[in-house]
Amino acid sequence: MHLVVPRQLVFPGDVVATAESRVEGPVYLDNGKYRSLVVGLVEFREDVVVIVPLEGTYRPKKGDLVVGYVTDVLATGWEVDVRSFMPAYLPVSEALHKHVDLETTPLTTFLNIGDVIVAKVKDVDLTDEYPIILTLKEEKVGKVERGTVIEISPVKVPRVIGKKGSMLNTLMELGCDIIVGQNGRIWIRCRDVKDEVFLASLVKKIEAESHVMGLTDRIKTEIEKWKTGKT
Amino acid sequence: MKKPPVPLFQNGVRADGRAPDQMREVNITVGIVSNADGSAMVSYGATTAVAAVYGPREMHPRHLSLPDRGVMRVRYHMAPFSTKDERKSPTPTRREIEISKILREALEPAVVLEQYPRSRIDVFIEILQADGSTRVASLTAASLALADAGVYMRDLVIGVSVGLVDGAVVLDLNGLEDQYGEGDLPVGYMPNLKRFTLLQLDGAWTRDKFLEALNLAIKGAEFVYQKARDALKSKYMTIAEDIYGR
Repeated sequence: MHLVVPRQLVFPGDVVATAESRVEGPVYLDNGKYRSLVVGLVEFREDVVVIVPLEGTYRPKKGDLVVGYVTDVLATGWEVDVRSFMPAYLPVSEALHKHVDLETTPLTTFLNIGDVIVAKVKDVDLTDEYPIILTLKEEKVGKVERGTVIEISPVKVPRVIGKKGSMLNTLMELGCDIIVGQNGRIWIRCRDVKDEVFLASLVKKIEAESHVMGLTDRIKTEIEKWKTGKT
Repeated sequence: MKKPPVPLFQNGVRADGRAPDQMREVNITVGIVSNADGSAMVSYGATTAVAAVYGPREMHPRHLSLPDRGVMRVRYHMAPFSTKDERKSPTPTRREIEISKILREALEPAVVLEQYPRSRIDVFIEILQADGSTRVASLTAASLALADAGVYMRDLVIGVSVGLVDGAVVLDLNGLEDQYGEGDLPVGYMPNLKRFTLLQLDGAWTRDKFLEALNLAIKGAEFVYQKARDALKSKYMTIAEDIYGR
């Protein structure tokens, strides 16, 4: 049984549903009832109740696409900052396709401190010394050379993507490259720098107004206005 | 025992005109420290506490981190200008160090630290003005700041104090009653789970008075909890109003 309504604001400890219902998000079971762990909004996706937190740090999941900064070069890999409360690790074997001799080739020839990478989370194991393992052996990942990285709250990422990518498709109408990292870092690259600045402001708008209805339509009109203003 | 300058309890009315079961004016604001990940300001009458939460973030130095859960560090501090008479020295006193510890222990049952291995959560609490019940105001502020930071919590922790003044059980002690009263019972309460996380007792109490005080504390905590919910709500609703108002 659901004990909440869509778009309701819940607080830590609030009862969301009884144990037999399907609930996703930050909740816990207490005496046969699901209770919320965060201040969040309620969403219904088919018969699943989803609690969407309104604040919080990035929690890595297997398969997430993230934008990270290289913070350290270790003996057999790199330490990467992915905005989590734990450091991430990118081993050499997951970064390069061919074998390299680590005794003769310094790792800094591939990636150095301060470099920006788009990576996939290969595994998360909270009992490991480095709980997050990254990989570059996937499509659309690798070192980033140009463009801008903007940071938004990680909990607002689903809103930037939208339902089945609807918001992202709207943003794509500007003809820019966009990669939305699940950790709240968004990499954009446009031919025109002015477009890049405008796109960054749109993403910030989505972040600020993420919980207000009709956002996609407002973003659409902003893009139309920008386009007609340019020609 | 010292004699109070004014009668503390006369004809069922307290020195500041309150009924025995009446809180002082409660004001709560969430998200006032923009540098912090989460923050809150709570005032019970003149007593004002600000709490700011940083984290969860990586623990440095690393050897202090725990492999299976996060570490919460709480610092309770009174501003030099917070007291009535003499300026308080800004150095942490023995009392402040103790209150920091009991506040940490009162928050730990609510915070799901197992979700944050090898990391730390820092909670800073500053008392801007002290007029009794500072530790319970701090507790409310700290739990709201944690919720504002998005830290996983089983419930909010609400702090209220009850006391024994001239033989009567009263809610939310002010500085005067704290100083001259016969007993004092600070309480930390989780209103949804109906569980206590802090229970300290000072003075000589009978069993009946203690149970009466405990029930009064729950009543007070539920009153403060509603104010706390409204404060959290208004933070997210103001953004909505900004857009619809245009």
